[in-house]
Amino acid sequence: MQQLGMGQAVNQALREEMQRDSRVFIAGEGVGVSIHDSPMLPTAGLLGEFGPGRVKDTPVSEAAIAGLAVGAAAAGLRPVVEIMFNPFFTLASDMIVNHAAKLRYLSGGKSTFPLVIRMKSGAGFGAGCQHSHNLEAWVAHCPGLKVIMPSTPADAKGLLKAAIRDEDPVIFIEDMMLYFAPGPVPEEPYLIPIGKAEVKREGSDVTVVTWSKMLGVAMQAAAQLAEEGIDVEVVDLRTLVPLDKETILQSTRKTGRLVVLHEASRTGGFAGEICAVVMEEAFGSMKAPFRRVTGPDIPVPASPPLERFYIPDATKLVAAVKEIV
Amino acid sequence: MKTKSTRKTKAAALDRDHALYLLRSMIRIRRLEDKCAELYSAMKIRGFLHLYDGEEAVAVGVLEALTRDDAVVATYREHGHALIRGVSAGCILAEMYGKQEGCSRGRGGSMHLFDDKTHFYGGNAIVGGGLPIAVGLALADKMQNRPNVTCCFFGDGAVAEGEFHESLNLASLWKLPVLFVCENNLYAMGTALKYTQAVMDLARKAASYDIPSHAVDGMDVLAVEAAAKQAVEAVRAGEGPHFLECRTYRFRAHSMFDAELYRTKAEVEEWKKRCPIETFTQTLKSRGLLSEADLEKIERDVEGEIREAVAFAEACTWEPVEDLTRFVYSERRMS
Repeated sequence: MQQLGMGQAVNQALREEMQRDSRVFIAGEGVGVSIHDSPMLPTAGLLGEFGPGRVKDTPVSEAAIAGLAVGAAAAGLRPVVEIMFNPFFTLASDMIVNHAAKLRYLSGGKSTFPLVIRMKSGAGFGAGCQHSHNLEAWVAHCPGLKVIMPSTPADAKGLLKAAIRDEDPVIFIEDMMLYFAPGPVPEEPYLIPIGKAEVKREGSDVTVVTWSKMLGVAMQAAAQLAEEGIDVEVVDLRTLVPLDKETILQSTRKTGRLVVLHEASRTGGFAGEICAVVMEEAFGSMKAPFRRVTGPDIPVPASPPLERFYIPDATKLVAAVKEIV
Repeated sequence: MKTKSTRKTKAAALDRDHALYLLRSMIRIRRLEDKCAELYSAMKIRGFLHLYDGEEAVAVGVLEALTRDDAVVATYREHGHALIRGVSAGCILAEMYGKQEGCSRGRGGSMHLFDDKTHFYGGNAIVGGGLPIAVGLALADKMQNRPNVTCCFFGDGAVAEGEFHESLNLASLWKLPVLFVCENNLYAMGTALKYTQAVMDLARKAASYDIPSHAVDGMDVLAVEAAAKQAVEAVRAGEGPHFLECRTYRFRAHSMFDAELYRTKAEVEEWKKRCPIETFTQTLKSRGLLSEADLEKIERDVEGEIREAVAFAEACTWEPVEDLTRFVYSERRMS
C-alpha cells in the first residue's frame, strides 16, 4: 500500500474529485503557486493539472475566500477553499458562521451550500499562537456546519472526498504535523462516511476519545499502559459534527471510564461536550469520574520547551488514565 | 479616475406602459411598507423592521435592468427588492409573520427574505455580508459560461466594512460579472456619512479598484434605470464589475426602534419634496402619460394586492415545533 503524508492524501482526494466532477474547484492563498514548494503539501501540482480556471490563487482576503465559496456553492459549483491556518478563520468568520452555516436554514431548506473550507491547524512548528491555535470547538458550536478533523492520511483522503460530495458546508481541519507523518493509504477509490467515529484500538478498562494529531498520543499511551495491564480503548472521532454518539456511548458503557484528549485549550473545549454526552446518556454505566487531557488555557507559545509542554503527550494521558483506573 | 458625475434623466420618449409599470412598482413597495409598519404596531410582525420609504426608485430602477436569470443579493431593507423581483407580497408578509408559507418558511423574518426561484439570495442582516457572496455567485456564472449578472445591493454603511474592500478587489481582479449597487441614504444607521467616511464620494472607492463607477440620483427612477441598464450591459458584455452609487434618502427611521436624533425634521421634509413616487407622478402627468383615473386604478389595484397579502399571511400556518431541526443540514447526503 502507498505510504503518504496527510497533505499528499488530501492532494489525492482533491485530484480525484476534480477529475470526477467538473464543478469542483479550489481557491485560496497560494493554492496554485505557493511560497512552499513541497510535494508533501495538499495543493502541490494541482495548478499544472487543472489550470488557473479551477485552481485559483486569491488575494490575502479570507472573508472573500469564504464568501466566494458560499456564493459559488449557491450557484451550482462545489468549491473547496483553503483558509491557510485555523486562527485565520476569524477573518472569515462572518462568512462561515453567519452565512455558510445559516443560509440553508434561511432558505427554508430550498437551497444547498455544498462547500468545503480546509484549514491547517496545530502546534508543534514553533510558529506561535496566531498560527497554531486549534479552534474546532468554535466551529462545532455553529449549527449548519459539519466539522471534520482526521487523524490519519487514509482517513483524511476518504473523509475529504465525502466532504466534497456532501450537500452541506464542511470545515475540514488538517493538523500540519501530520503532513510529515506518512501512513498507509489505499490505492483504490474509497469514501469514509462523515459522522462515523472509529475504534482505533479495542480495550476493556478505559475509553480514550480523541481526534486529529492526538490519536498518535493516545495510541502511544495505550501501548505503554498495556504493558502495565491496563487495556485502553481508543475512539477516534474523525468527525466532530455530526457527532457519533453511538460509538462513544457503546465504548464508555463497556469500559465504564472516560478520558477525552485534545490539543486545543481546555476551557470551552470540545472535551466538555463529550463528557456531557456520556454524563447524560451513560452515567449509570460509569465507574469513575471523567478526565480531560487538553492543552492549557494559554496562547500556544513559540518557545520549544513551552510548546512541548503545551501539547498533551503520552505521559500526561497515562497519568490521567491511572487516576481513574 | 473613472468616476462620472450624476447622470441626468433623459427627456427622451417614454413608453407609457413602461412608465406606468415603474410607477406602479414604486407604489407597491410604498404600500407594502406602510402595511408592514401598521402590522408591526399591531405586533403581528416582530423583531427589527427596516422600511424602504423614499428609496423605491433604486430597487425598481436597478431591478428593471436585470433578466430573470440574474442573481440578486440585498440587505436587511429588502422587502421592496424581493417584491419587485417576483416574490409575492403574501409570501413576504407570511415570512415576516413567521409562518411556514413564508419565502423562508418563517425561519428568517423581515431581514432574511430568501427565494431560490427568483434567484433572490437574501436579505442579509450583516452589513456588507452580501458582497463576498455576490462575488461567489458571479464567479460560478463566469466559470460555467452563463451570461448572468449578479446584482448586489448594500448601503453606505457597508463601505466601511472589510468585506466591501475584499469583494471589490477580487471582483475587479477576476473580472467577475457583478453590479455593485450602493444605496447611499446618507446614514449608516444613525451616523451620518461625514462621520463614517474619510472619502465621502463613495464611487471613488470603487474607482480605486479600477471598477468603472457612476453616481446617480437615486430619487429619479428613470435615471437609476438608465444608469443600471448601461452598467448591466457592460458587465454582461464581459467588462467585469461595475459600481453604481444611488444617492437616496430614507424617509422613515432606520428601524422601528429609532428616535431619529441624528437628523432634523426639516431635513427629512426637504428630502420628501423629492419623493420618487411624487416626482415621477408629476413627470408623467406633465407629459400627458398619466391621468387621475390611471393613478386611482394603480392605487386601487395595489390596495387589493396588499389586502390579499395580509389575508394570506393571516391564514398561513405555524410550522410545527417537531420540524424545528429541519433544514439545518441537508436531508440528501451525497450527490
